[in-house]
Amino acid sequence: MNKKSVIPWIVRAAALAAMLYLWTIMPTIMSGAVSLGLLWGIMVLGVFITYRVLDIADLTVEGTIVLGASVAARMITAGYSPFLATFAAFFAGLLAGLLTGVLHTKLRIPALLSGILTLTALYSINLRVMGRPNTPLLPFKVPSVFTPFERFNLPLNIPALIVGVACLVVIVALLYWFFGTELGSAIRATGNNPNMVRAQGINTTSMIILGLMLSNGLVGFAGALIAQHQTFADITMGIGSIVIGLASLIIGEVLFGTKSFKNTLVSVILGAVVYRVIIALVIKMGLAANDLKLFVAATVTVALTLPIMQSYARTIIKSLRRPEKGGE
Amino acid sequence: MLDVRNIVKIFNHGTVNEKTALRGVSLHLSPGEFVSVIGGNGAGKSTLLSAVAGVYGVDSGSITIDGRDVTRLPEYKRANLIGRVFQDPMMGTAASMGIEENLAIAKRRGQRRTLKWGVTPHEREEYRELLATLDLGLENRLTSKVGLLSGGQRQALTLLMATLKSPKLLLLDEHTAALDPKTAARVLELSEQIVARNNLTTMMVTHNMRDAIAHGDRLIMLYDGKIIIDIAGEEKKKLTTKDLLDMFEERSGSGDADGNLLL
Ligand SMILES: Nc1ncnc2c1ncn2[C@@H]1O[C@H](COP(=O)(O)OP(=O)(O)O)[C@@H](O)[C@H]1O
Ligand SMILES: [Mg+2]
Repeated sequence: MNKKSVIPWIVRAAALAAMLYLWTIMPTIMSGAVSLGLLWGIMVLGVFITYRVLDIADLTVEGTIVLGASVAARMITAGYSPFLATFAAFFAGLLAGLLTGVLHTKLRIPALLSGILTLTALYSINLRVMGRPNTPLLPFKVPSVFTPFERFNLPLNIPALIVGVACLVVIVALLYWFFGTELGSAIRATGNNPNMVRAQGINTTSMIILGLMLSNGLVGFAGALIAQHQTFADITMGIGSIVIGLASLIIGEVLFGTKSFKNTLVSVILGAVVYRVIIALVIKMGLAANDLKLFVAATVTVALTLPIMQSYARTIIKSLRRPEKGGE
Repeated sequence: MLDVRNIVKIFNHGTVNEKTALRGVSLHLSPGEFVSVIGGNGAGKSTLLSAVAGVYGVDSGSITIDGRDVTRLPEYKRANLIGRVFQDPMMGTAASMGIEENLAIAKRRGQRRTLKWGVTPHEREEYRELLATLDLGLENRLTSKVGLLSGGQRQALTLLMATLKSPKLLLLDEHTAALDPKTAARVLELSEQIVARNNLTTMMVTHNMRDAIAHGDRLIMLYDGKIIIDIAGEEKKKLTTKDLLDMFEERSGSGDADGNLLL
C-alpha cells in the first residue's frame, strides 16, 4: 500500500476509455465480463483484507467461495429467499475464516497451511451442504437476487451489474468506515507491526481472527452471488480463485493506484473488472479455455515479480553502461 | 512499583541450544525511580525487560507491578501498566499508518477497541501540541506515514506513544543505540524530560557507560544473567567510569572489563 503509483492518470483514462469502446463494439461480451468482474470484486476486497491489511496469504478463500455458493444453492433450492440465502453465505464465510484463524493463532499452524487445512475440510463440507457436486440454479426454476430486476426487461447481464454496483457501494462504505474505527485501526496495525500492537495492549490473536473472518465473509457472499449469476454452484468453482484474487488486486493497484485507503478499495475492484475483461478478450482471440489457468498463473507471476524484474533490469543496464574497470 | 523476585529465564529448554539468560534476578523499584541498566552483549538486559513486559513467560520467580502480580499475564494485558521503546526504531510504530493514527492507538492503551472513530478531531489538537514539544517539526505532519520519518523521529514518536497514558513503568531498551550521536543525544534528552515531567518509574538499558552514569538515580549492571552491581543515591552521583570498571573486574572475576562492557 501507499507506494506511489508509477502509472500516470493518462494510462488510467486510456484503460477506462478502451473498455468503453470495447463495450460499444461487443456489448454482450463486455457486459458479461464487467458484471462478473464486479461480483468477483467483492471477493477481491476479501483477499485485500488478508493479503494487504493483515499481510497473510489466506488460501481459505478457494474453499470459502464454494461454501458461499453451496450454502446459497442449497437454501434457494429448498425454497428460502435468495436474499436470505446470500446473507447466510456471508455468515458461513465468517465461520470458515474463524476456523482458519483459530488454526493459525491458537494452534500456531503457519497461515498458509491453516488455509489449506480449512480448504481441504471445506471440500467435504461443501459436498455435504449441497448433497452433490453441482447444483443448477436455473432462472426459470428458482429465483435469484437478480430476479426482481427481470420484470424491467433489461438487457442480459445488466441486473448483475446493478446488483454488483449496489453491493460494492455498500461494502466499500462499510469497509472504509470500519477500518477507520478503533477496532479497524487495530487490525490494520496488526498487519503492520504486531509487536507494536501488543505493546499497546491489543490482543493480536483476536485481530487476526477478526480480519480473517471479515475477509472470508465477503468471499462467501461473493460466492453466493457468482453462483446465482452463472446459474449453478459447483464444487470445483473455487480452484484458482486465490490467483484470480491476487491478479485482480495487483492489476488494480498498479493501474489505479493506492494513494489512500479509499482509493485502494476502488482500485482493487476496478482491477477485478479489468482482469475479467482481459480474460474475455484472450478467449475471444482464441485462447483455449483449458489453457486459461496457465495464462493466468503466468500473468500473476509477472505482476508479482515486477519490482524484482525492474531492479534486475536496472542492474543489467548499469553494468552495460559502465563496463567494469580493469584491476579492482 | 516494580518487584521482580528471583526470576529465571531459560531459552530452548532441553535442547542443545539451551541458554540460561537470567539466573535468578531480583529487583525492587520504588515509585519514580529511574534506573539505568548496563552490561555486555548477551548479559540478559533485553531478556530482563522483555520478561517484565511479558513478551515471554519466565521459568520461575515472580513479577509484580504496582502491587499486581503479572507473572502469568500475557503481554497485551500488561501493556496498560507498561510503556516501552525498543532498540530498533521500526519496532515501536506501524510504518504504513499516519502519525496521528499511531498516537491514537497508543492513546487507547488499556481500553477496549470499539467502533468509535479511530482518531477524533479533539485529540488531533492534543497530538499537535504534544508533538510540538518534541521540536522536530512533526506537529504539521499529523497524517504523514510513520514510515517516512527518520529513525530519530520514529524513536521520539515511540517515546511519546509509550508515555501518552502515563505508564506505571517505562522500559527503554537501548532506544538510542541505532541513532547517530547527535540524534541519540536529543532523544536521550527528551526521554529525561518526559520521565521527569511525569515522574515515571523507569528502566533504561544503555550500552554507553557514560550515559548510564549521567542519567538516572540508580545504576545496575548485569553480567551473565545476574545483577552484579547495584548502586544508588550519593554513591551513584559520585560514580566514575573507572570505579565501574574496577567494580566489574572485582565482582565478575573477569579481567576484560573493556571488552565485556564497551562492546
Ligand atoms: N529469543 C531467544 N531465543 C534464544 N536465545 C535468546 C533469545 N533472546 C535472547 N537469547 C540469548 O539470551 C542471552 C541474553 O540475551 P539478551 O537479553 O538479548 O542480551 P543483552 O544484554 O545484550 O540485551 C544471549 O545469550 C542471547 O543469545
Ligand atoms: Mg539487548
